[in-house]
Amino acid sequence: MHDTIPNPASILPLRVERLCFADAQARLLEDVSFAIPRGGLTIVLGANGAGKSLLMRLCQGLLAPTSGAVAWNAQPEGFSRHAMVFQKPVMLRRSARGNVLHALAASGVARAGRAGRADAALQRFGLADLSERPARLLSGGEQQRLAIARAVAAGPEILFLDEPTSHLDPGATLQVEQMLGGLKRDGVTLVMTTHDMGQARRLADRVLFMHKGRLIEDAAAHTFFEGPAAAEARAFLAGDLLW
Amino acid sequence: MLWQCARAGGRRAHTAHGSGEQVDSLALALGLIVSLDPGFLAVVGLSLRVTATAVLIAALIGLPLGALLALKRFPGRSMVIVVVNAMMGLPPVVVGLLVFLALSRAGPLGALGLLFTPTAMIAAQTVLALPIVIAITRQIVEDLWGEYREHLLSLGLKGVRAVPTLLWDGRFSLTTGLLAAFGRASAEVGAVLIVGGNIAGSTRTMTTTIALETSKGDLPLALGLGLVLIGLTLLINAAAYGASRVGARHAV
Repeated sequence: MHDTIPNPASILPLRVERLCFADAQARLLEDVSFAIPRGGLTIVLGANGAGKSLLMRLCQGLLAPTSGAVAWNAQPEGFSRHAMVFQKPVMLRRSARGNVLHALAASGVARAGRAGRADAALQRFGLADLSERPARLLSGGEQQRLAIARAVAAGPEILFLDEPTSHLDPGATLQVEQMLGGLKRDGVTLVMTTHDMGQARRLADRVLFMHKGRLIEDAAAHTFFEGPAAAEARAFLAGDLLW
Repeated sequence: MLWQCARAGGRRAHTAHGSGEQVDSLALALGLIVSLDPGFLAVVGLSLRVTATAVLIAALIGLPLGALLALKRFPGRSMVIVVVNAMMGLPPVVVGLLVFLALSRAGPLGALGLLFTPTAMIAAQTVLALPIVIAITRQIVEDLWGEYREHLLSLGLKGVRAVPTLLWDGRFSLTTGLLAAFGRASAEVGAVLIVGGNIAGSTRTMTTTIALETSKGDLPLALGLGLVLIGLTLLINAAAYGASRVGARHAV
């Protein structure tokens, strides 16, 4: 279960406080607040354009908020303790192993420990046989598994995933979901966006439902799926089109 | 020395203007290449040393500068890009003139006494190669950054910290760019002629020797060096093609 007692050594819980983001045309995220304690898998659910991906990027620090804050329990040094996996994985022009080694180097892992950690990550996620293959020649599913292996190789406490299976077929999606299950069992905190209801039901411990840049509902998964409080969430679950 | 024999034969060929004599010149030129004539090799060696050094210096300066130009946003950046791109087409004689003025006794670097030395030729060729290296690097790194941006930012790599990754992943395309710079530098004649002075045994390169010997009627030597230059051009293009093939196979 979630450990809500702050640990001075941990960057969690993460507190998102009154987060707003606007570009020149519109306010894309409006007054979003929630906390992510250690452990569990939180699904950020909502239709396209709800602000899910933007929220992930703000949490990971890829964008600066217009106002509000992303506050960690302990300020992470560098990017080794929180990582992100994107909808379409970016593969460096290197081997699969080279991609993991690069991420480990960027995360500040000492040179002597990189090879062992890279091999362990590739082995764990069934990529050992592909380790010397150019990463960009791997299939979509293999690339996304590699992206996850690369993201977790340095041992982050929390992993943000932005619709990691939206381009994958059911078989590859199942493999990724199994990987995420394993990471959750290992205590990695997972925050993942999806607009796939079935996936949300399969994976979520908790649901953050977003609509038009606002956090509409924040509930335990079983509570949310049995009877969401917000009308927009009820409509979304009923399969109605939201805009 | 075969070079001297070639000169005598070449002058005869030049004055006779007969096709048979031109064949003789070509045969003598091939003889110069095959016999590895020391004087001939000295000219080829100096040319390669000067150009290789110039391209190396241009790479050391141009790769990081081009990468930073791709990644940094600052007022006047567009103007800098336009100027760098325009400098790729700088007339070599103008570069030679500018370097000459800088290195001449009255110039700002005159005290170094570098005029009419291989170092002056390296400086001129570096000025010619540098815009090519910067412009090509800027374009390659900018394209890669567009693709890698979010991933590298998620690893905390931005600005200068992202440069090594981008240069390494663009290495095959960058190699092609460096070879293009080598091709431009090795083929130019105006700049090295002005700042080197075409002094026998000291600053005479393949291109300046071809220009001089042709005007003197020594066709075999000019033809021999011309053949080496053509071979070098082929070699550079083969290397560029090879780099792109290797890139396609290993780095996609």
